[in-house]
Amino acid sequence: MRENYELTVIDCSELAGCALNMRRENARLVQICAVSIPDGYELSYSFAKEYEFINYRIVINENDKVVSIGDIYPGAVFYENEMKELFGVNIESMYLDYNNKLYKIETETPFKK
Amino acid sequence: MGKRSVVPFGPQHPVLPEPIHLDLVLEDEKVVEAIPSIGFIHRGLEKLIEKRDYNDYMYVIERICGICSYMHGMGYCEGLERIFDVEVPDRGKYLRTIWCEMSRLHSHMLWLGLLADAFGFEALFYQCWRMREKILDMFEASTGGRVIFSVNKIGGVLKDMDKNMLESFVKEFDAMEEELKRLSDVFLTDYTVTSRLKNVGILSKEDAILTGAVGPMMRASGIAIDTRKLGYAAYGDIDFDIITSNACDSFARCEVRIGELFQSFNIIRQAVKQIPDGDIAVTVKGNPSGEAFVRLEQPRGEAIYYIKANGTKNLDRARVRTPTFTNLTPLVKILQGCDYADVPILVLTIDPCISCTER
Repeated sequence: MRENYELTVIDCSELAGCALNMRRENARLVQICAVSIPDGYELSYSFAKEYEFINYRIVINENDKVVSIGDIYPGAVFYENEMKELFGVNIESMYLDYNNKLYKIETETPFKK
Repeated sequence: MGKRSVVPFGPQHPVLPEPIHLDLVLEDEKVVEAIPSIGFIHRGLEKLIEKRDYNDYMYVIERICGICSYMHGMGYCEGLERIFDVEVPDRGKYLRTIWCEMSRLHSHMLWLGLLADAFGFEALFYQCWRMREKILDMFEASTGGRVIFSVNKIGGVLKDMDKNMLESFVKEFDAMEEELKRLSDVFLTDYTVTSRLKNVGILSKEDAILTGAVGPMMRASGIAIDTRKLGYAAYGDIDFDIITSNACDSFARCEVRIGELFQSFNIIRQAVKQIPDGDIAVTVKGNPSGEAFVRLEQPRGEAIYYIKANGTKNLDRARVRTPTFTNLTPLVKILQGCDYADVPILVLTIDPCISCTER
């Protein structure tokens, strides 16, 4: 049996609102995933409400800034540091910023295309 | 306010099976704050997808970690099967389920041994790992490998188990279950064990949701969610209850894992009874195009696989969100306010797998 899931493309400015709604509904943040696309990134924010799997996607340009959702979901902090260090995504207002030293890698933003 | 000091913990520490570093801010003997650092074994395995054929990448993804190897391979295959829109034959699904539960058994037994070792109960440690060796022997008998056995393929599995082998495994599991009953009595009632685990490392239900806890860590905080209930592989045909505890402490996490060991024996028995005859795989040809999310319940908790394909032999992205990666934030939470002496046990109660975390 395959799981059905929702995937909604939203604007970057709607992200915090969506995350807040998810928190109000007692959903868990289960992952944030970045994909490098030409001149930008595709970021997927996944939530789980019991067994319901809800995904929000934002598509941003390389220099766009994304607001951290670490204040809403403390668990977001490692995902955001990973996206920043490996992909070079600009994340604003992180409550714990490892300053690109989460993985301590030599190459700068190796996953960026 | 007592005297504050910062004590480094790890990455080399007798109790840590894998490298993680914690900066522990202490006020006398109490931990006020813990800041974790990883990055000692980052290998960039997800980056390799750009250079490897999607079929060859199977062998890379299975090497993310030695304990969760089988399930990493299976999650990757399920993602590509979804993109290709192929259905694995029923026998293949049952075989996957059996190997999944055997993986859970050996992972949980390994964890129980490490826990016993952490509080200095060496005899218990040896007993747990002696039992685990039997599971590895069964892996070797059924697949040829003990740790990384590369038995998954896109469209099914590569090896079958005949009736005699499955029945002999069930007999072995029956004997192991009796042995586990004796061992679990020690874990659940012995003063040496319970005094180190009870009322230590409390993670409330609300905190478990907020911090993103998964697997036994989440279920020990009273949240009855188990990704196997989504019905992937043959789990849709199997009858099992979700093991939970409301105690929210380290003892509850141990109790849940022990409960899951007995549950795995039952699931394997049911799967062996119900496994149909037939093919074990379908042929998949061509290059994938599209994207898919897949969720699996690994021994350490829910893992998420994201695959994005572009119609060529190289994928755009193969991402694995491993259970330990998301269990780091709950770990920070349970360390706040604990005694310094309890830190090693608390780190172990999330069943950390840093190889998975860093990939």
